[in-house]
Amino acid sequence: MTLSTIKSRPIYPGLTPDLNARSNIIVSDKAGAEAVAELLSRADSNFAKRTTIILADTLADKDRQAIARELAPVTIEFHATLADGIARLRQLLDGAPMGLRLYAAGSEPLIGLVVQAGGDFSIDHLSIRTEHRGTLMRRVQCVHCKTFIENVTTNPVKCTHCGITLLVRDHYSRRLAAFQGVCIDAEIPGDIPPTEALYQ
Amino acid sequence: MSGNILRRVRVAEVEPVANRIKRFRFVDIDNAPLSEFSGGSHISVVMHSGDRLMRNPYSLMGSPTDTSSYQISVLNVDPSRGGSRFMHENVKVGSELEIGQPLNLFPPAKLAKKHVFVAGGIGITPFMAMMNELDGLHADFELHYGVRSLEDGAYCKYLQSRYGSRVNVYRQDLGQLIPLETVLSSQRLGTHMYVCGPKPMIDWALQAARLLGWPDENVHSEQFSAPPPGKPFVVKLARSGRDIVVSGHQSILEALEENGIDAPFLCRGGACGQCQTEVLACDGFIEHNDHYLTEPEKVSGKKIMICMSRIPTGSITLDL
Repeated sequence: MTLSTIKSRPIYPGLTPDLNARSNIIVSDKAGAEAVAELLSRADSNFAKRTTIILADTLADKDRQAIARELAPVTIEFHATLADGIARLRQLLDGAPMGLRLYAAGSEPLIGLVVQAGGDFSIDHLSIRTEHRGTLMRRVQCVHCKTFIENVTTNPVKCTHCGITLLVRDHYSRRLAAFQGVCIDAEIPGDIPPTEALYQ
Repeated sequence: MSGNILRRVRVAEVEPVANRIKRFRFVDIDNAPLSEFSGGSHISVVMHSGDRLMRNPYSLMGSPTDTSSYQISVLNVDPSRGGSRFMHENVKVGSELEIGQPLNLFPPAKLAKKHVFVAGGIGITPFMAMMNELDGLHADFELHYGVRSLEDGAYCKYLQSRYGSRVNVYRQDLGQLIPLETVLSSQRLGTHMYVCGPKPMIDWALQAARLLGWPDENVHSEQFSAPPPGKPFVVKLARSGRDIVVSGHQSILEALEENGIDAPFLCRGGACGQCQTEVLACDGFIEHNDHYLTEPEKVSGKKIMICMSRIPTGSITLDL
């Protein structure tokens, strides 16, 4: 992860287990599962008993079995999409008591959506333990038409709704769980720098 | 910012509210409106006791939107460094005092779903203003208030009549203890805990919350301790070349102020970090009495919080 001069650009310090938490919820994708395995290796068996993993990713059967083996004996719920995983997280947070610790490991959109969901249940973003693994792709909001563009890998990127070419800024909204995309050729229409694959 | 914009006030009311506790009400000297404040704020009160100058922090306990007066409660501490005894013995209705602007280092978390207040003795005062404010916002809160006895605990009846079952009083003389583990075990996600009282109680509450898996971000505490006394020593000011003697009952900050030196400060209780000062040289070791510097910073001996900390003897050179 590159450092940024933009203060709102999130940083992800890495996963550490909260051995005192009454329950732990970990949201992860395939790449993040490696970080989760490392987390579990630093915790005790009581931690594993109190922990639920939401694995939100499209997985082949053999990957699914490999992850289940690697993260055993922790209960893993597999969800085919990030949206399904986040919906399940919100279900678990609804009505949960204090003493719950939330973790997110994987892509930035996954971490951002976990932090956003946590915020909706008054969980302070600093108390959520996060680790970025795998792809650099971003979730971007077009500041002009407010459309969210998922899985952005290039800068600039065309807005999927209004078609404006957007400069993807490090300027991040925790509330929206998205980086901000602004019109790149506002001064001289058509003056667009070459597209770079920055977020593979 | 040195936080020392002062306002002259007149004491409009002094009321004994419990054993060794008096409530003071201040109005502006010209009856001008005071600033509104936020629940959890404190003011410093300037006291000239003999040839000594002290500025002690006290939590504001009245209604945050009442600009006609400020109220504080003062426990006559024994042994006192002089501040609380001065308030109890020398300050009467009609006395004039100087106070600083309200400062808040202990605000309730605005996004909390619920607030759990844990108070011991005189530690009730910041919560009185907080509950007043939160009640007006229809926020969810509960108070757990430990007192030695009903004679020693201030405002028990008032709080119970005003807030009903949201107020829980525990009497040490009846062997009642705050059942903190039970209280903290059954709170909904998004609850914040606040503790104010004697240091052992604060440590106990913070530890209980941590062991129940409460994130640090949901746990808040405030403690104003007086600077512990010691032996006299000398502060050498590197920039002005002056030598200032700090007496046994003074803090470095108080000694500087007595000599007309404007040093930065806010809370005067070792909590806020505003008076952090660089140490250029020091005889022996620093007695760090603040709860702001990290352990490594304290061990390094390169920084000192001049409102609380001192050296046993000799001299210390500061970047001032």
